[in-house]
Amino acid sequence: MSFELTEDQKMMQKIARDFAEKEVAHGAEERDEHESFSRPLYDAMAGLGLTGICFPEQYGGADGDVLSYILAIEEISKADAGLGIALSATVSLCAWPIFAYGTEEQKQKYLKPLAEGEKMGAFGLTEPNAGTDASGQQTVAVLNGDHYVMNGSKIFITNAGEAETYIVFAMTDKSRGVRGISAFILEKGMPGFTFGKKEHKMGIRSSQTMELIFQDVKVPLNQMLGKEGEGFKIAMTTLDGGRIGVAAQSLGIATAALDFAIKYSKERVQFGKPISANQAISFMLADMATKVEASRLLTYQAAALKDAHKPYSKEAAMAKLFASDSAMEVATDAVQVLGGYGYSREYPCERYMRDAKICQIYEGTNQAQRMVIGGAVLR
Amino acid sequence: MEIVVCVKQVPDTTEVKIDPVKNTLIREGVPSIVNPFDKIAVEVALQLREKHGGKVKVISMGPPQAADALKECLAMGADEAILVSDRAFGGADTLATAYALSTSIEKMGPVDLIICGKQAIDGDTAQVGPGIAENLGMPQITYAAKIEINGDMIKVDREHDDGYEIMEAKLPVMVTVVKSIAEPRFPTVKGTMKANRTQIPVWTAADIAADEKRIGMPGSPTQVRRIFTPTQRSQGQLIQEETAQQSVAKLMQLLGDAKVI
Amino acid sequence: MAVIVNQEKCIGCGACVPSCPFGAIEMRDDKAYITEACTMCGACISVCPVEAIFREEIERTVAMDKTEYKGVWVFIEQTHGEIKGVAHELLGEGRKLADELGEELAGILIGNGVEAQAKEVFASGADKVYLVEGPEYDHYNTEAYTVAFVDLIQKYKPTAILVGATNDGRDLGPRIAARVRTGLCADCTNLSIDAETKLVLWTRPAFGGNIMADILCPEHRPQMGTVRPKVFKKPVPDFSRTGELIKVASKVKEADLKVKLLEILAVCTSNCKLEEADIIVSGGRGLGKPENFSAVEALAEAMGAAVGASRAAVDAGWKPALHQVGQTGKTVGPKIYIACGISGAIQHLAGMSSSDTIIAINKDADAPIFKVADYGIVGDVMEVLPILTAEFAKYRAACK
Repeated sequence: MSFELTEDQKMMQKIARDFAEKEVAHGAEERDEHESFSRPLYDAMAGLGLTGICFPEQYGGADGDVLSYILAIEEISKADAGLGIALSATVSLCAWPIFAYGTEEQKQKYLKPLAEGEKMGAFGLTEPNAGTDASGQQTVAVLNGDHYVMNGSKIFITNAGEAETYIVFAMTDKSRGVRGISAFILEKGMPGFTFGKKEHKMGIRSSQTMELIFQDVKVPLNQMLGKEGEGFKIAMTTLDGGRIGVAAQSLGIATAALDFAIKYSKERVQFGKPISANQAISFMLADMATKVEASRLLTYQAAALKDAHKPYSKEAAMAKLFASDSAMEVATDAVQVLGGYGYSREYPCERYMRDAKICQIYEGTNQAQRMVIGGAVLR
Repeated sequence: MEIVVCVKQVPDTTEVKIDPVKNTLIREGVPSIVNPFDKIAVEVALQLREKHGGKVKVISMGPPQAADALKECLAMGADEAILVSDRAFGGADTLATAYALSTSIEKMGPVDLIICGKQAIDGDTAQVGPGIAENLGMPQITYAAKIEINGDMIKVDREHDDGYEIMEAKLPVMVTVVKSIAEPRFPTVKGTMKANRTQIPVWTAADIAADEKRIGMPGSPTQVRRIFTPTQRSQGQLIQEETAQQSVAKLMQLLGDAKVI
Repeated sequence: MAVIVNQEKCIGCGACVPSCPFGAIEMRDDKAYITEACTMCGACISVCPVEAIFREEIERTVAMDKTEYKGVWVFIEQTHGEIKGVAHELLGEGRKLADELGEELAGILIGNGVEAQAKEVFASGADKVYLVEGPEYDHYNTEAYTVAFVDLIQKYKPTAILVGATNDGRDLGPRIAARVRTGLCADCTNLSIDAETKLVLWTRPAFGGNIMADILCPEHRPQMGTVRPKVFKKPVPDFSRTGELIKVASKVKEADLKVKLLEILAVCTSNCKLEEADIIVSGGRGLGKPENFSAVEALAEAMGAAVGASRAAVDAGWKPALHQVGQTGKTVGPKIYIACGISGAIQHLAGMSSSDTIIAINKDADAPIFKVADYGIVGDVMEVLPILTAEFAKYRAACK
């Protein structure tokens, strides 16, 4: 069993790290403060090819592996977890299902610009009354000759408003329950497709979250993704992959919090010595570091399984569950290590703590992850 | 246009720390990087290629690991890379390094422009570029803050004491570049994957038919006699009064007492 | 000369590995192995507990009659007759070296209509001035100056040459050294004569200013070095001194020069002439935002000072590179240096620690800048600056 990254993986990590350190980190505090998503920054990141790492060359990718892409999310999230999720939402939740289920025509039309970084993507599944229970979809798409007519709304959609390409789920046959859900590719600007209010969030404030509203949106037949009734399967398999992205995002946040706490504890002098000289602090740091390392192994393992085309649904859920719980704990402890300064906005630890919280919630709450894991181990 | 860029792999000297107790250098964990000024040189070369066509070749002399630095330049978009590496080059000072590099550049074929960073951040000598130019009988323009190519002429804004000297010369020319000339691009994912699959040719002393008296230690007139950590200035007086007003008043008084003012 | 590990004696303890400033020692098969990165500094020799590391002299193949080379030369850098401060500083230091060797000190004056300046060179300590004049030397030109200088070296054979480490000096020095194939030690901060060998011992910062190295050039002549401005004091001129003026014909024709100067753009106002300034006020990232640099400029204005900046502030685009003080910027040595919101990275310290008096303002009492500062105010720089500016304005008004 090898735990060494390949040369390619190390170089992907370096590209993302250099970019994150030089271009992303310095504005993160301000974007958080002003709840502003930076499209130019996203475009610069995408311009390096981070959105295309794990797709084949014919679709505008670099023919790399999922683990390389996961390393990029981790590095970007260390600097700005909001930008990390913007990347993950485009790649894992929008580009990937098109790659996995799309027709050749759809791949050329939609996947390529996403992989090449020209466009941003989003994923619309959650509704006011359909959260963890995605089967309760109230958005409907009714067949009408050569198109579907879509009505309804989606909430808490990452990248909404900014993205050009959307994967949207809607009920095409209510009588069939989850088998009556279908997936569609929507484009920003389609008549009747509008955006609702911008969500004001606790964390990941540099990412944009909005409501999607559909009023008699005419969706051509060739913009259905997969077959009619395949939507639920598409959503669930997409989220399996998305969870590795959220795990990597959590890992990035936790690593940043740990690094900051270590650095601070060596510099902060109380009672005539650095606070790191106290066992109370060093034991906290030891626990934090161990959680981060365990999260890393679970996350990389899930990505490696996906790369090996082996089942990874359970492992992805475990990685997401453990890494996000750890991120919350580590970030909270980092605030504690910094004491009053940790609570102050002058230092980034409180931001890490606010950013970490969402990782326990989105792309399936950690309770839902336990359902997935429980189901798998009891099968 | 054929452009050769000389690059050096250096320890990131901004990451080096001094052990406060032993007063020695802490090298641990100091990453090896492409000398930042050389990365700027690569960027300038790429921009010129984008404008005028041609090829950008990067060359480095160093141990086998220096291939990593060249890979980074390939990932940025350079067309070719050559590593000049041989134990026989070991211990080279700037004269011997300039000789080995200029001999290698001659072997590479015709060149219109050689670009070097203004200095390397580990040695800070700024001597290898002019040394190469001298060996190749090429004119040099150092400290370039702007480069324009018109046909076979080059126009350079050269950074000077209180501004710029606008210089002109006929190619081929060796220029060294300063930081303000360009911001180096990040390597792209695709470029990196490609670079990673490129086998970088390694030229030995025999490959470049080097005169063994002019390379490595025998070819280096200067010798390091001793290395030591600089003596620190003794710590002065810290002023931390209740208010800024009081601190400044105290400073003015101390400056007056010491007859600084 | 080479540093070698006696593989039989080596016990593989690894003690030498961290001792190497250049990371040139690796453990291979449990034995120390010295890589190509070795500079022969010998830092590892004393660390080895079993004396397995030693220096081996290698025979140098260069045969050169060193006895013919006598005298210390200083390049007199000048712009239209105005001699740079560093040339005087080097004459002062060169005088000491020449006296110790019992040899002559000469100034190399190359320019257009600069004969009158020879008396200044004598006044600063030279015994001789070699003068090369012509319109081709009106402005510094690498090619013209190299030809003239190399011609002088070949005719008059000095043992050592000192050149100021200015942009032009660092352009000229390596070109000459490569042409006559000798050693050039860059950017020196100290000079002496090695008692044992009577060679010039060049001391220079290396590794981004983290360490110092003593360097010799034993077998080649002339021994050359560029020396940083402001590390030595200007000698007090003695205009009663005279010397021998030797005029040497130019071998360069203006039409033959390959690099032409089209024009000079002076973009710098007096406040960025850092090398010559008596007072410098510098700002760093601790100012918080670019607009706050105006507070630094206000203090500089009140004190009649030049404005400097740290690398971090220049990198952030707060100030143009012409203002940068430090290892990769300018080396300065004013009477008073005020560092505002500069933490004091080693690279910055390398560029200003020869200042007479250093005053630092920083909110972090542990900032490295305070280790070199004579006076340090711990406090918010934006709060301190306006008060300090007002105080100095008052002080200056009182002086008038």
